[in-house]
Amino acid sequence: MTASVALSPDLDTRFEIGGREFRSRLMVGTGKYASNAQMISAIEASGAEVVTVAVRRVDLDRTKDEGILHHLDPQRFMLLANTAGCFAIDDTIRYARLGRAAGFNEWVKLEVIGDQQTLLPDAAATIEATRVLAAEGFKVMAYTNDDLISALRLEDAGAVCVMPLASPIGSGLGMLNEFAIRTIKHRLSVPVIVDAGVGTASDAAIVMEQGVDGVLMNTGIAAAQDPVRMATAMRLAVDAGRLAYLAGRMPRREIAVPSSPTTGMLDR
Amino acid sequence: MTTPLAHEPSTLALTVNGDPRSVAAGTSLSDFLASLKLDPRLVVVEHNRTILRDRDAYASLILGDGDILEIVHFVGGG
Repeated sequence: MTASVALSPDLDTRFEIGGREFRSRLMVGTGKYASNAQMISAIEASGAEVVTVAVRRVDLDRTKDEGILHHLDPQRFMLLANTAGCFAIDDTIRYARLGRAAGFNEWVKLEVIGDQQTLLPDAAATIEATRVLAAEGFKVMAYTNDDLISALRLEDAGAVCVMPLASPIGSGLGMLNEFAIRTIKHRLSVPVIVDAGVGTASDAAIVMEQGVDGVLMNTGIAAAQDPVRMATAMRLAVDAGRLAYLAGRMPRREIAVPSSPTTGMLDR
Repeated sequence: MTTPLAHEPSTLALTVNGDPRSVAAGTSLSDFLASLKLDPRLVVVEHNRTILRDRDAYASLILGDGDILEIVHFVGGG
């Protein structure tokens, strides 16, 4: 399937994170798919260049499936190792280093989770881990709350991009605080990629309409009834939201204004 | 041929991904990964809490009694 039809360059520009240029503003995860074949089809339909992966123990008894590198070509996709599941700074740093030792790149999607029930990020720990890893040469993409001050601190700590949530991981609640996301985007110099919470295509469009640089999602595609269709919908929605942002929406007003001429009516 | 010293057991006890495993004395990390049918290019090994970034060094790393190995790889995630 060749679904990744890039927007024409006169409609949108490429963008850069940490010195690397990207075309697709949609980044996708690889978890929760019914099969590897379905995952690959969905990723292809999404047009994503950046694909996140997790670091876990090899099952030495091989009762489970093999690693994802049997299915994903690192030459074709930029593999972005995450630190999902880490609650402590030390663990997070260990996972980031293990991900780098796989030998594909120096990038990490840094997550330090602060609460099991909500999976909300621990901003203070994320800032500290960012500082350590940036000093080691990592390109840290830092997952965080929709909080301006945390985002500013992450930028100061050396993150190459900041990734505030739309809503909690896997919740599908969509954008909960448009104002907070816009504020973060206005104030940061590094790119802003919204990560987590997108449940359907309209959510993705609303995210992109805030003017952020991109969006990362996993469950919104993988948990759809038809992930390949939803991946296509997400690709279109990200483009649609981006274009709507660039186009500049009309002002909201709570009165009606006719679209057709009020002159030239019959019998007047 | 040298006679093993008394304090060098012929079988080594390892902890691999949290579980006990035993290997013959003198086994290298390369040998051990091969015995597990693992492709070294597709896994990352942490040896006694040190991440091994140089895969060329696997052949010369001889495992020791009580060594702790973590063998990880990339899996699906968000």
